[in-house]
Amino acid sequence: MTTELQNPPVTADGFENEPSYINARKGLMSWIVTVDHKRIGLLYLFSTLFFFAIAGFSAVAFRLELFTPAPDLFTGDTYNKLFTLHGGMMVFLVIIPLTPAALGNFLLPLMLGAKDVAFPKLNLASYYIYCAGALCLISAVVLGGFDTGWTFYTPYSSSVGGPVTWALMGAFILGFSSIFTGLNFVVTIHKMRAPGLSFWKMPLMIWALYATSITQLLATPVLAITLLLVTLERVLGIGIFDPAMGGDPVLMQHFFWFYSHPAVYIMILPAFGIISELVAVHSRKRIFGYGAIALSSVSIAVVGFLVWGHHMFVSGQSELSGAVFSFLTFFIAVPTAIKIFSWVGTMYGGSVRLNAPMLYTLSFLFLFTIGGLTGLPLATMATDVHLHDTYFVVAHFHYVMASGAVISFLGALHHWWPKMFGTMYDEGSAKIGAWLVFLGFNLTFFPQFMMGSSGMPRRYHEYKPEFELMHQLSTIGSLLLAAGLIWTAIYLTKALFWGPKAPHNPWGGVTLEWQTSTPPIEHNFHETPVCTTGPYDFPEIDESLGGGHH
Amino acid sequence: MGTHAPAGQPEWVQHYMHSAEQQHDAAKFGMWLFIAQELLFFSGLFMAYIVFRTFYPETWLEGADQLNKWLGGLNTLVLIFSSFTMAVGVRCAQLRDIPGLKRNIAITIACAFIFLVVKYFEYTHKFHLGIFPGKYYAYEGATGLMPIFFAIYYSITGLHAIHIIAGIVALFWVYWRAVKGQYDTGNYISVENVGIYWHLVDLIWIFLFPLLYLVK
Repeated sequence: MTTELQNPPVTADGFENEPSYINARKGLMSWIVTVDHKRIGLLYLFSTLFFFAIAGFSAVAFRLELFTPAPDLFTGDTYNKLFTLHGGMMVFLVIIPLTPAALGNFLLPLMLGAKDVAFPKLNLASYYIYCAGALCLISAVVLGGFDTGWTFYTPYSSSVGGPVTWALMGAFILGFSSIFTGLNFVVTIHKMRAPGLSFWKMPLMIWALYATSITQLLATPVLAITLLLVTLERVLGIGIFDPAMGGDPVLMQHFFWFYSHPAVYIMILPAFGIISELVAVHSRKRIFGYGAIALSSVSIAVVGFLVWGHHMFVSGQSELSGAVFSFLTFFIAVPTAIKIFSWVGTMYGGSVRLNAPMLYTLSFLFLFTIGGLTGLPLATMATDVHLHDTYFVVAHFHYVMASGAVISFLGALHHWWPKMFGTMYDEGSAKIGAWLVFLGFNLTFFPQFMMGSSGMPRRYHEYKPEFELMHQLSTIGSLLLAAGLIWTAIYLTKALFWGPKAPHNPWGGVTLEWQTSTPPIEHNFHETPVCTTGPYDFPEIDESLGGGHH
Repeated sequence: MGTHAPAGQPEWVQHYMHSAEQQHDAAKFGMWLFIAQELLFFSGLFMAYIVFRTFYPETWLEGADQLNKWLGGLNTLVLIFSSFTMAVGVRCAQLRDIPGLKRNIAITIACAFIFLVVKYFEYTHKFHLGIFPGKYYAYEGATGLMPIFFAIYYSITGLHAIHIIAGIVALFWVYWRAVKGQYDTGNYISVENVGIYWHLVDLIWIFLFPLLYLVK
């Protein structure tokens, strides 16, 4: 393994006279019909962040309601619609597309040394399918809202009035956006890697996107058929989930969670990829346990298909099923923990820079560990009986999903910001933002663990007075978190339009996206790069001491 | 702006691909992945079939009796034959035999329409008896749980029929491209991919037919 790069980092000089992908074509139409993966990534970025804001504000709204035990701000019906909106929008419009479609689209071809994804027009179609699905979901809100929870359990969702069918169809359509993106990425990874870039030299971000894409491709169709069957139940009274007609409502839960559990791995696997990249670059050290991290991504994707029943321990399924699902859920913690150890092992002995991306990485390591560990009492049937449908579950999944997917995304946004936009953000503001988000997040969700284990049920808009203090802390936390996110949006918007020009490679990354201009030219590379070194072979690593490992 | 085919490659090779072979392989691989997800899409309905047949075996026997296995068998033969003509069509495209391609695609489309016509007769016969899906079910001559059998029957054959219609649209598209001379260049991957899709639609029916019509 040589410390000299076959293609040394290209300075801005090599591309001085060429416009970046942002300036290459002008006018609104050039964005609307673009097939450039980088522009499509930005389209997704702005759309998902827009829905993130709406879904976030709906959460602040119901958190304000929960400041007091009595229902003073909203009726029960409105409250139910608010949390349904929050969940449905966050899951389907924000977190599932966020890292894969927004960031993945931008980075995947660049990291592979390719000039685009395998099917650029399909990529654009995926985006418009996302928009169509979003419109249907919004129609449901505009037509009066729906209150089934994002989980759409039958028989309520198949029989209640209101625009539920619009929401079901919206999620159905969004599923196809996810499927086509997954398909595109799998083909690109298999067929379009640069010469010399074997699977074992791919950045771990790509391994993560690979595992995610396979999951998107294979799990989402099951959601599609589930939503279709619930729709047929509503429209035609089909009866597969209706006990009065001999059907089984728990069957819907099985179908639903068969997708929705892998869905949470769609949300978190790309986050794991981000952390691998950030921790290596900002510790200036080769990732510890590359093979283990790569294989653990794939094994999490596979085992993730086998654990759906842990959402259904109290649904009436047999104890044997429960035991099997419980065991498999414990098992899936193993590859996940392997990653955490590897990331910490990467930092050990490294030259750690405490900049904004690294602060977000450290937040992730701390918060995700809490989230993951609190999954264990939920995976254990005996304790889950008490914790199911309480705030303990809500806190658990927010620690893994919000801290996992969102915080890692924020880290990624800062890390790849210069590459994507060619400007730099203000580091001081970024550090403040990272702290506000970290503190706000913990204040919002840690009290929820305590409430939940004391019995506070989820999805209730009024509660017993004994939970008031915890709820108040949580509400204040949510305001702090919102402030942190708004602060971040403000300085990033400033950086977008008025930020100083970014250096070519501010962090000294050695993966292929840093080998081309900042921001990249429209076709990414002049010639396809040839890859001769690993993705974390930083030039200053002194090989005589064993190459950066301890 | 560099959106031409790479040097030395046919003009239909995209600028982000290195070679015709890479482009062809990528497209075919993509199609197979699409087929994989289609299988998972139908799997929900097959799972529902398994669950409810296990719960209500007598209902299943009665339901199968209401179906006409001769018409179902005819449809099976029609689809298998259409898969054959589709495969021959792909071979014609490989050999740049455009008249042969057009002929075989046309026969495949005709078979697809025959399938739909037979299904139309099957459905209308049931509607005549009052066997409508879901809450519209009004047939007196069977046990109370029969609607579940027909829920599965209509959902799965309906979804399959939608896939046949999508296939017809794709087949017309291939025919139109053949007429326009777009297969003269030797880039026949779209014929092959539509063929793969068509074989899947046929395969699903080959499972549906015995599971629904031949229950004993």
